[in-house]
Amino acid sequence: MNWRAVVAIFTYEMKRFFRTLFQSLISPVISTVLYFIVFGAAIGSRITQIDGVSYGAFIVPGLIMLSILTQSISNASFGIYFPKFSGTIYEYLSAPVSALEMVLGFVGAAAAKSILIGLVILATSAFFVPVVILHPFWMILFLLLTAITFSLFGFIIGLWADGFEKLQIIPLLVITPLTFLGGSFYSIHVLPEFWQNVSLFNPVVYLISGFRWSFYEISDVSLSVSLGMTFVFLCICLTAVAWIFRTGYRLKS
Amino acid sequence: MTSIIQIQNLSKTYNTGFHALKDISLDIKRGEIFALLGPNGAGKTTLISVICGIVNKSSGAVLVDGHDNVTDFRATRKMIGLVPQELHLSFFETVWDTIKFSRKLFGKPDDDAYLEKILQQLSLLDKKHSKIGTLSGGMKRRVLIAKALSHEPTVLFLDEPTAGVDVELRKDMWNVVRGLRDNGVTIILTTHYIEEAEEMADRVGVISKGAMILVEDKTALMKKMGQKKLTLTLEKPLVALPKKLAKFNLQLLNNGSEISYAYDVSKGKPDIAGLLADVQAAKIGYSDIHTAQNSLEDIFMGLVKQ
Repeated sequence: MNWRAVVAIFTYEMKRFFRTLFQSLISPVISTVLYFIVFGAAIGSRITQIDGVSYGAFIVPGLIMLSILTQSISNASFGIYFPKFSGTIYEYLSAPVSALEMVLGFVGAAAAKSILIGLVILATSAFFVPVVILHPFWMILFLLLTAITFSLFGFIIGLWADGFEKLQIIPLLVITPLTFLGGSFYSIHVLPEFWQNVSLFNPVVYLISGFRWSFYEISDVSLSVSLGMTFVFLCICLTAVAWIFRTGYRLKS
Repeated sequence: MTSIIQIQNLSKTYNTGFHALKDISLDIKRGEIFALLGPNGAGKTTLISVICGIVNKSSGAVLVDGHDNVTDFRATRKMIGLVPQELHLSFFETVWDTIKFSRKLFGKPDDDAYLEKILQQLSLLDKKHSKIGTLSGGMKRRVLIAKALSHEPTVLFLDEPTAGVDVELRKDMWNVVRGLRDNGVTIILTTHYIEEAEEMADRVGVISKGAMILVEDKTALMKKMGQKKLTLTLEKPLVALPKKLAKFNLQLLNNGSEISYAYDVSKGKPDIAGLLADVQAAKIGYSDIHTAQNSLEDIFMGLVKQ
């Protein structure tokens, strides 16, 4: 293993994050505050408790997941797309760096950044609502698995994209709707049965459900199903990345 | 001299169906400067990219110091430094950060003294902490060379190293390249500037339409294929050449004010003494005499037109 290269890529990506610290951290904090004002104070005050948890507290895991998903994808996709766009990808491809090492560097950094943002949102939330984490181990596990899985997914988008429009299109048209419809702000049990069944095709439902369970022991699907589905998405992304590197798709002509 | 790079029956066909490399076999000798010449789209950059691992080959093999560049990519890539044709750099980084990054990417431990030595050699030391975006084009190209040298490669590929670089800087670059060769680095350069190959290369390869049409020692090539021309500037213009001089196959140029005698050194010794004697016997006075040899450019143009 070329660990020096892994650390170099990881450090380079993290430096990029800290160079734009204001944009990287302040922006999600402001978004979270706005969500709490709109959904917590304005609308949430009219909603009764959900499974014994106040609406404001109920949406905290969903808000964190919303950020983790979008940030993981955008950080990882931009991280690998930018060298392709600027041409500096030649250096990664001509260096003694394996596919695994590149993934560890880029995806590791993207996941680390989104976890940092997730933790900042968690801390911000604590100012607005009483946040309880009943199962910290499971919370950290879901946080890690989700950040890694969606960073891998973002990495795939970054490799696939051949323009800035394509870089944005999947997060905007697919991920954001899936996240909003995946139970970030509600329990899918409040939906009519038909839409509950439709929701089960949404992978984000399982991530948010498992993550919310780790906070309040309330979930839309069982913990084992959430965990199993999360691993399935992780395996799908890993397989796709392995295929990309084996074939050189969009990396090598 | 042993080979450091062996290219065996290498072919590359892109997904578009474009056959960029056609069954290329080539040996690069350890410690030489090899110039790869060819017109645009001939396959120079594709060949370099396949050797460096940036482009997948379709068939054939590339061995670097005996290691296959696909199955043993770590060993081959550690030995190779690449200076790309375009200025592919992260403009927000400093010179120092980017060369340190390159060294780590190749798995080498920190060695600030070595990196500073490279910057010194490339006249970049005073720009160490400058952002790359603030540097001139020539400086950026030097940064690319510094990056390529940061991991102490034994083989250096320079893809059009002096494209868009002014004459003075180009000569500086040539000195840098010669210095590297003196330190044992094997150098393969592609260039559009024939004078660059003529000035620096030990051997020349000409690639055209994806095929290697010639590989030859530069001096031997110029000697073997070089036509020479002797020109006499006449004191008085001639209307026509005297019949006496017909055996020399001369040309009357510039409204009869010059006589040109073309000869091929590879076809035996030219009869210059006989020509001058016959010119004198014909009572043709001349005020100047000079010879010129075909340049590598003339040879190159002749080859790619075939």
